[in-house]
Amino acid sequence: MFYREAGQFKDNYAADRAVFPILQDRIGLGVILLAAFLVVPLLGNAFFLNSIMTPFLIMALGAIGLNILVGYTGLLSLGTGAFMGVGAYAAYKLTTSFPQVNVLIWVMCSGFFAAAVGAVFGLPSLRIKGFYLAVATLAAQFFLQWSFVRVGWLYNHDPSGAIQIPARTLFGLPITGPHATPLTQYLVVLSIVVFMTLIASNIVHGRIGRSWMAVRDMDIAAQLMGIRLLPTKLLAFAVSSFFCGVAGALMVFFWLGAAEPVVFDINLSFKILFMVIIGGLGSLIGCFLGAALIHVLPIVIRMLPLGGDAAMVEHLTFLLVGALIIFFLIVEPHGLAQLWRLLKQKLRVWPFPY
Amino acid sequence: MYDVFMDPFVQMAQMPDLLVQVLWEGLVSGVLYALIALGFVLIFKASGVFNFAQGIMVVFSALSLVGIYQFLARNGFSGHLAAFVALVGAIGVMFLLAVAVEKIVLRPLVNQPDIILFMATFGITWFLIGLGEIIFGGEPKAMISDQLFLPRGAWNVDMLGGMVVFQKLDVAAAVIASLMIASLAVFFQKTRIGRALRAVADSHKAALSVGISLNQIWVIVWFAAGVVALVAGIMWGARSNVSFSLQIIALKALPVLILGGFTSVPGAIVGGLIIGVGEKLAEFYWGPLVGGGIEAWFAYVIALVFLLFRPQGLFGDKIIERI
Repeated sequence: MFYREAGQFKDNYAADRAVFPILQDRIGLGVILLAAFLVVPLLGNAFFLNSIMTPFLIMALGAIGLNILVGYTGLLSLGTGAFMGVGAYAAYKLTTSFPQVNVLIWVMCSGFFAAAVGAVFGLPSLRIKGFYLAVATLAAQFFLQWSFVRVGWLYNHDPSGAIQIPARTLFGLPITGPHATPLTQYLVVLSIVVFMTLIASNIVHGRIGRSWMAVRDMDIAAQLMGIRLLPTKLLAFAVSSFFCGVAGALMVFFWLGAAEPVVFDINLSFKILFMVIIGGLGSLIGCFLGAALIHVLPIVIRMLPLGGDAAMVEHLTFLLVGALIIFFLIVEPHGLAQLWRLLKQKLRVWPFPY
Repeated sequence: MYDVFMDPFVQMAQMPDLLVQVLWEGLVSGVLYALIALGFVLIFKASGVFNFAQGIMVVFSALSLVGIYQFLARNGFSGHLAAFVALVGAIGVMFLLAVAVEKIVLRPLVNQPDIILFMATFGITWFLIGLGEIIFGGEPKAMISDQLFLPRGAWNVDMLGGMVVFQKLDVAAAVIASLMIASLAVFFQKTRIGRALRAVADSHKAALSVGISLNQIWVIVWFAAGVVALVAGIMWGARSNVSFSLQIIALKALPVLILGGFTSVPGAIVGGLIIGVGEKLAEFYWGPLVGGGIEAWFAYVIALVFLLFRPQGLFGDKIIERI
């Protein structure tokens, strides 16, 4: 009744190729954006913004990056954490070397460094496939993490071995460092994530996205159709790492404030991969749903009155998250995005069952 | 350039006893990597599942062994006999785990894409981490090596103008691992169940059509992988302690796997030895040039170089792609 595209005629090519062709989708998106930009900042307290919303958005951005690689191009990668680290360290080096340039420019530029590193580690993907590739990307994970520890130049030879984010401002407002409020940080992260999601959506709906999906479905067939595999796969690695790198930079600059190399360890890679799989492979909305579930779930479980001391709650969290992952996979192997699609289909034919 | 290409070899030639020591250390850790990789291979061959939980199974089995022994000891029953009762108990735990995994996780997920099953084993990993810490606690535990007749001390052998130290425990580990691998090979080649396992590995459908029960085979395979994990856990645990950080070491088995091929038992062994020796040599002779600690990633680089020439690993099945 509310969600029916009957009567919405597309009378030019632009309307036909729109990213959101249905009016209700556009209205829904507007409502969500309005809520994110106005309602959440008005209602949320510092804890909610800083521990739930900001990391959720950053993780979702990382998940979009990984989804481009795993979900759209079919290349399994376990090096996400390290690529995020490349972005974070690149942004840190850039902003400490050139402090007069706005930090947001450096955060976005850090993605290019991550993209370059990602493309180098993507080179074997032409010959190696499937799980073999996944293990090969672990080489990137461990090598990069080792570099973050051993190459002192990356963290300006700080004796603590960690990177401390200096204070930077935007229009006179502090957005990084100890004086930044959670609200301004949230709004900055939200703007960047919305902007990058829009870009991702345009890429995956266009020619590049189509060629990625062709490679995913069968790379030999794609090759026969005239898609050159090496540039396509490397582009997927580069774009994916670009998103991950920006997510990593956002994570350190606008959420953690300081980071040791261990932040970008293999557990981060796995966490992002969980989000992609639970959310739904090859779906952008799935990245947000997956990030919401995987990031918020432990927080909710920790708040439940389960009793026991802190360590016990921590262990229970592990146990429950593990069990829930299996449960979700069994109930809906195509991820939360599939549930979303089914829901939309139900709405479309409501009040009839089909 | 001299430092990279000449100096390490000069060092090797000057001090052959040190070289033998490094090679031996590498061989021992290679055998243990191979043991962990073997568990992966068993499961991948029979069910096509890339079992990420193998690492935590190593930890969990060793923890249950120590946990059961401590429980018995608290009730006034300790010594060698109690240790072997605990061993049987730990094997029982691994069997229960195999049944549970098959019933709860694998059966509902039959015919799903590989990556979904892979993620499910992640779920198992997290579940077992939580469960293990709740039951046994997070602090490292000492392995009950004395009660299990594992030797202590070392042999000092004079050779090549120097002294080489062989830890008795390492020798025992190598011997036990070899026995384990040999008995698995016999089991695969000669017994009825072994033949069924190989049939399932060849083709699920063909195996079903000649009356092999897939569910039963999966339980057996996961159980076998659990026993291999227990042996690996005892050996690693006796060398250091039993703790959850062992799980990280299990990640080292992954380059062993891609080097040897996911489907090959001999590949796991040869791969384990190459990785073990390679990373120890690299760490000892080339590591100081870049600040040390290259053990963490060198194994992956070795595996990557091999993969570029043989994408299916050294002994893996040839990948044939058709449209």
